[in-house]
Amino acid sequence: MLTIRCPHCGERTHTEFTFIGDGERERPADDASEAVWYDYVYLRDNRRGPLAEIWQHTLGCRGFALVERDLVTHAVSGTRPLPPARLPGASS
Amino acid sequence: MTYSAFRLFREGLRDHSGWEEAWRDAEPQPAYDVVIVGGGGHGLATAYYLAKEHGIGRVAVVEKGYIGGGNTGRNTTIVRSNYLLEANAHFYELSLKLWEGLSADLNYNVMFSQRGVLNLAHSDAQRDAHMRRGNAMRLNGIDSEWLTREQVAAFVPHLDVSENARFPVVGGLLQRRGGTARHDAVAWGYARAASRRGVDIVQNCEVTGFVIDGGAVKGVQTSRGTIRAKKVGIAVAGHTSHVAAMAGLRLPIESHLLQAFVSEPIKPFIDTVVTFGAGHFYVSQSDKGEMVMGGDLDFYPSYAQRGNLPIIEEAMSCGLQMFPALSRLRMLRHWGGIMDMSMDGSPIISKTPISGLYLNGGWCYGGFKATPGSGFVFAHTIARDEPHPMNAEFRLDRFERGYAIDDKGAGPTPQAH
Repeated sequence: MLTIRCPHCGERTHTEFTFIGDGERERPADDASEAVWYDYVYLRDNRRGPLAEIWQHTLGCRGFALVERDLVTHAVSGTRPLPPARLPGASS
Repeated sequence: MTYSAFRLFREGLRDHSGWEEAWRDAEPQPAYDVVIVGGGGHGLATAYYLAKEHGIGRVAVVEKGYIGGGNTGRNTTIVRSNYLLEANAHFYELSLKLWEGLSADLNYNVMFSQRGVLNLAHSDAQRDAHMRRGNAMRLNGIDSEWLTREQVAAFVPHLDVSENARFPVVGGLLQRRGGTARHDAVAWGYARAASRRGVDIVQNCEVTGFVIDGGAVKGVQTSRGTIRAKKVGIAVAGHTSHVAAMAGLRLPIESHLLQAFVSEPIKPFIDTVVTFGAGHFYVSQSDKGEMVMGGDLDFYPSYAQRGNLPIIEEAMSCGLQMFPALSRLRMLRHWGGIMDMSMDGSPIISKTPISGLYLNGGWCYGGFKATPGSGFVFAHTIARDEPHPMNAEFRLDRFERGYAIDDKGAGPTPQAH
């Protein structure tokens, strides 16, 4: 069981959360080129190591968090609120 | 040494002292025609078909651990070809046909057992979706059969098909030619058959980089030195992104964790493969009597080959919905494997932007059943530098071109496939 510190609710088990996606990607502008959008929608670094991910506290406050987690050890090194501009579906 | 009933009889008379090692543990040579990265079922099958179908002499399979120690030995051994979309249907059917002759072809018993794969349906909508898929399969020349609730009850006697179930069974889609195989035997059988055709199988040899010159691959750097090669194929399943990144490629793949479970052995209980439709759960019984079970992904990306307890509880609760009689069964062990989840749920067997470098990955949870077909078409792709008709649509650039093959219709959300 992973434990994740929700920036709003405190430490909870990961089963309260939903993994949303890689949090290191920047959502492109609406009028960005097809190549840029292809990169954002489909391609992933999928690095073997630490990654900033977006998780949603689905069974809690429903807020989003940026979670720094290692993909090999699963250790969570830190969490912080997701900036509003990075919210999934946020329009630029 | 060719295996036969006569050989077994003769060895029985002399205390089994004459068996030779099944395959040769080779030292890496300085150069090869083709190097395959990854000594799992797919890599070994590719090497075998490169030698057998395309007459390529100098082939090596380099494996960072021991052969079959990755996902080949970490699955639930299910074989089927019950797909909706044509590209997947025809490819997995090619693979299933190869399974049907595999033990004889390899002269190695892979214990392929066509005991059927039954997908349960629990609602009118699910019945319609299953029937649609079943009809699509029949149009593609693949066997499928709709079973009513009464037929399901007769086919799987211990299954709870009563109205009292939380999700009552309304019927099921059966592919009788589907079934299971012995997963380790697939790796060992391909390794032996490839080795007999001169393929070098190099274990404990981790690839640490690629030699690329002028946009063309020239070899691989490994923990045991540089190996030159005219062509290199990547078949590393969960670590596809990790290895491809060494060649500067970014892929439409996320690596996720999937667990499987085995119970203590019991008397014969089910003689087929059954999948639960109201949750994600599948079960069969091994020849040793163990119940072999699998469920959902752990739903977060991972490169750790170990699972998490909440999914075990979730999977077991699905299992008890189906088979209440298993409530006192004890679990013997569980394990995790890393799934290279692609963005449309379908595999990638393709050329890459780098000349001479070929990619086989994105298997999601479907890699084991694909082993013979994957090796067959990947060998063709490498040998001829162009895809076989059966993997022509599994191109790496299909996402960019708008030709995703999304059997489940889940979109670019890898953990949802």
